[in-house]
Amino acid sequence: MIRVENLSVSYGAVAALRDVTFEAPTGKITTVIGANGAGKTTLLRTISGLVKPRQGSIRLGEFELIGTATEEIARRGVGHVPEGRGVIEELTVEENLRLGALASKVDLAEGIARQFAQFPALESRRRNYAATLSGGERQMLAMARALIARPSVLLLDEPSLGLAPQVTADMMRTISELCASEDLTVILVEQNAKSALRIAHDAVVLHLGRVAAFGTAAEIAADESLRRYYLGVVT
Amino acid sequence: MGTFLASRVMTDIFGGLATGAVVALIALSLVIIWQSTHVLNFAQGAMGMFATFVGMNLVFHGLNYWLCLLLSVVTGMVLGGVTERVLIRPLYGKPEINPIVVMIGFLGVIEAVIASIWTTNITMLPSPFSQIYYQSAGHTILVSPFIFYEVALVAIVVIAIALLFRRTNLGLQMRAAALAPEVSRLLGVRVGRLLTLGWILSTGVGTLAAVVVSTGQVLAPTNMDGIFVSAFIAAAVGGLESPLGAIIAGLAIGLTEQFILDFWSTSIAPLSGVIVLVIGLSLRPQGLFTKHVSRRV
Repeated sequence: MIRVENLSVSYGAVAALRDVTFEAPTGKITTVIGANGAGKTTLLRTISGLVKPRQGSIRLGEFELIGTATEEIARRGVGHVPEGRGVIEELTVEENLRLGALASKVDLAEGIARQFAQFPALESRRRNYAATLSGGERQMLAMARALIARPSVLLLDEPSLGLAPQVTADMMRTISELCASEDLTVILVEQNAKSALRIAHDAVVLHLGRVAAFGTAAEIAADESLRRYYLGVVT
Repeated sequence: MGTFLASRVMTDIFGGLATGAVVALIALSLVIIWQSTHVLNFAQGAMGMFATFVGMNLVFHGLNYWLCLLLSVVTGMVLGGVTERVLIRPLYGKPEINPIVVMIGFLGVIEAVIASIWTTNITMLPSPFSQIYYQSAGHTILVSPFIFYEVALVAIVVIAIALLFRRTNLGLQMRAAALAPEVSRLLGVRVGRLLTLGWILSTGVGTLAAVVVSTGQVLAPTNMDGIFVSAFIAAAVGGLESPLGAIIAGLAIGLTEQFILDFWSTSIAPLSGVIVLVIGLSLRPQGLFTKHVSRRV
């Protein structure tokens, strides 16, 4: 479980997050939605230790993540698929996967086999450079690379970005299945609020760095004013 | 056989390979630092010479050559690690020109420090192997035991480095840390340690090269200056990311220089690096041995 309390982040004089508080329970998907500039990516980067907050607390179970180095946060079981996927184009698919497993104690061969079983399209591309993959394949690789270390928390930043609707639907279904099968704590940042709310259990609506609403995904999806003013969802 | 080996062409080939092997070794040290930190170290030669002075000076005090060589390499590695931590680390994330400028300045500082500490040394550094050329049926073949040692040393180092980067998990992490430090951190890779390790390895190899260059010569702070230019060209022509590319380009520069010396003019010979650079980059601007990666647009 991830518990975020009174988290504030500033870039110079500009406040990116203001007093953000919410909880992402184990085995559930918590989606963070909001317009551009709402602070969604900053929130994930702060959880991963890439951004230092001005104040607040982020706890993984009982462990305080604030002040912990990014690589140590990853080694504690926080997987992060960054915006733009972050696959290393100059490495092959298999090298990207190996890289994901090295900091953990998982058996490399078993881990790679498990990810190929989860994402079969990657197996035939294992010796290809990541630069040659399609957008959907890159997303699969980014997810597989994060999952190979068997994290307890998975942070996903805009996984649907640039994907065709069918690929997005498949991706969302995969996230949902993984959350259930691996008992993952998933924090899913999405601009595609409709897709995210469909698979999420809980939802945080960010607006200009503040939590505008926090509740179950069903409640948020049903709130007409939230949908209209913050999420841009018309239907 | 002796006549053939002593022929003009074979003489040039042997001479070219001997020079090229050293160029290749220095180029390899540049490739290591590029692969592991994406920094071009223009002070590599001077750093290697500093470590050579520290270790190899003890030869003149009676210490075994090989112990001195080991001490030089260790000194070079420590110097590389400290340089990365103190001078380079604060520059990560800054414009790429910054570390280049800093290292050019550091080159001048190191050469001045060497000159101020070791002011009286005008003794020639002895060779561990004979540098006298072999004779066959009355003909001189331009190969000596020292040249065999030089070429074998380069081969061993090249194979070891290639295996490290291409076949080991440590090498994979080092490449990833240089290519995508933030993503690597998100995957639990301790990037800072790997960047330091890259500098340690690189200056270790650079120091080996400096010792080889200085063997049979008077130890001087500027011993590496001329050959470093050729090595830099070799690394660039090879593609900066390819140990094999650096080696082949280094050998090509050595051979070109030797053939120009013999068949054309001694005054043109120093331009051999430029000739290889122009031909190499005309054929493949991204470097002869850079793997072509198609990118989606």
